[in-house]
Amino acid sequence: MADKILHAVYDDDDKLMHAVKDLRAANFSIDEVYTPFPVHGLDKALGLKPTRLAILSFIYGCIGFSFAIFMMNYIMIVDWPQNIGGKPSFSFIENMPSFVPIMFELTVFFAAHLMVITFYLRSKLWPFKEAENPLPSTTDDKFLIEIKFHGDGKSLKAAVKKTDVFDINIIDNTDSKK
Amino acid sequence: MYKVSKNIKILSFTLMIIGALGIAYGFYSAPKTIEQAKELVADSHGHGHSNDSDSHSYEEADHSDSKEGHSASHDEHLLHKLQNRPWSSIYVAALFFMFLSLGTLAFYAIQRASQAGWSPLLFRVMEGITAYLLPGTLIILVILILSAMHLNHLFVWMDPEVVAHDKIIQGKSGYLNSPFLIARAVFYIFGWNFYRYISRKYSLAQDTSSDISNHKRNFQWSAGFLAFFIVTESMMSWDWIMSVDPHWFSTLFGWYVFASMFVSGITTIALITIYLKSKGYLEKVNHNHIHDLGKFMFGVSVFWTYLWFSQFMLIWYANIPEEVTYFITRIEDYNLPFFGMIALNFIFPLLLLMNSDYKRVNWFIVMTGIIILIGHYIDVFNMIMPATVGDKWFIGIPELSSVAFFAGLFIYVVFNSISKAPLEPSGDPLLKESEKFVY
Repeated sequence: MADKILHAVYDDDDKLMHAVKDLRAANFSIDEVYTPFPVHGLDKALGLKPTRLAILSFIYGCIGFSFAIFMMNYIMIVDWPQNIGGKPSFSFIENMPSFVPIMFELTVFFAAHLMVITFYLRSKLWPFKEAENPLPSTTDDKFLIEIKFHGDGKSLKAAVKKTDVFDINIIDNTDSKK
Repeated sequence: MYKVSKNIKILSFTLMIIGALGIAYGFYSAPKTIEQAKELVADSHGHGHSNDSDSHSYEEADHSDSKEGHSASHDEHLLHKLQNRPWSSIYVAALFFMFLSLGTLAFYAIQRASQAGWSPLLFRVMEGITAYLLPGTLIILVILILSAMHLNHLFVWMDPEVVAHDKIIQGKSGYLNSPFLIARAVFYIFGWNFYRYISRKYSLAQDTSSDISNHKRNFQWSAGFLAFFIVTESMMSWDWIMSVDPHWFSTLFGWYVFASMFVSGITTIALITIYLKSKGYLEKVNHNHIHDLGKFMFGVSVFWTYLWFSQFMLIWYANIPEEVTYFITRIEDYNLPFFGMIALNFIFPLLLLMNSDYKRVNWFIVMTGIIILIGHYIDVFNMIMPATVGDKWFIGIPELSSVAFFAGLFIYVVFNSISKAPLEPSGDPLLKESEKFVY
């Protein structure tokens, strides 16, 4: 159980990127990074696994597509057959072209909305949730690396100091729990 | 410096010779008289490979014949269709390969005008592909002139006999007349090739120059060319393609043709880049660049489908007789190529290139690229053939050998041009950015 947390603050995304690479090269495991904006290439530098959200978005799109087919078939053909473009045929496939815009829109709608909801659930975000970031200025212009460690962490502090760091804070985990 | 390998030379000349022989055979086997035409059709009915039960009544409208002598004009019409087949197959293949080059030129100009940082490493490949523009467009011009001299019946509105009986074409004759068509064609062809010449000149001059004045001039010319191109390309598509169906019109046809040539051009860039890389050239091009080309192939394929469907759906829904004949001919007589092309041009690229990782795998790009090129050949086929040969179509010796001939010529011209200049545009100010590029 890690009992202390080190917060290394940076004032530039390039400095952050270099620090992340150096610290990881020195075998320190970085627990979390807070940035005011998405930093290009940071996920790779941190060695994060690629997101599986893309696979889910494809599945959600397929659900939306199937739902649109089901819905248009029920509304326009089965429940209350409609005269489409002056060609009343009561057949789904013959009227399919006029349903394509709906199929497309619902595919996008399902993929987009379900993906956002999934992302919120996965990141444990919901309305009125208290912000978790330890330093409010990471929403403005600062970048923060969070590393948990045991003992006095001398070698860690030395390694962090070697990077182009703006500020270092040590937080006692047992204190903050109270 | 790239040197054209022996294999490429042998391949291109073989294709050209086989193609030329096949084209000659196509002309030889086309009927010369009405009797021969009737015999040929009776024959093909005997073999039973065409299921047409005189469904070319829509085509007939184009020729709006006088009431008497209907059957005689019908027979003559049949003869014209059969005689059109070798011409149409040449025209389709010539257009398709010219489009590869023109689409690439538009893509190249966009890279130049937008000062794109990822693509300079590929400029010499693109310039190589656009080298085919001059022979490609001149061949089209020759075909157009031959049509205007009544050596074939590709454009029914060029036939004064047809125009005399056709109110609709008479109304359009201020625009649709042979001298004006040729004049416009010369104008477009000159403009495109002039830009290609200027841009290539500045591109080569930039390699050895100490400042970036050539680069800047290239930027200005490219921006100007894009404005010129989008107007002339649209008009070209009306003149060279849409006018084979002189009664029919579609306002987004220019965009539709543009999407087709754009995606095939980008695909050609990807294929040739991968080929050159496999031979050990273009060391600095890596999978990031291929990934970007893959994204364009994917995106523009979807864009093409969007335009295809937008054109189809409105006409299908409104069901106005003079508009809907266009699609009825294609659905009834060209069912397989018409719907098959959607699978090739939309479903395959959509599913094969959707995954980000697949766009970085060379053989995936090559496989999808070949499918896209076949699909867009069929697209051009569907634009021309229904109007010129009607239901008497087949992808046989004349069509395949025309493709072979132009493919051979294309490969020869393109690789020859690529070998003329260093593959790396060493003076380009954005070269460093292109080398470091991560998608």
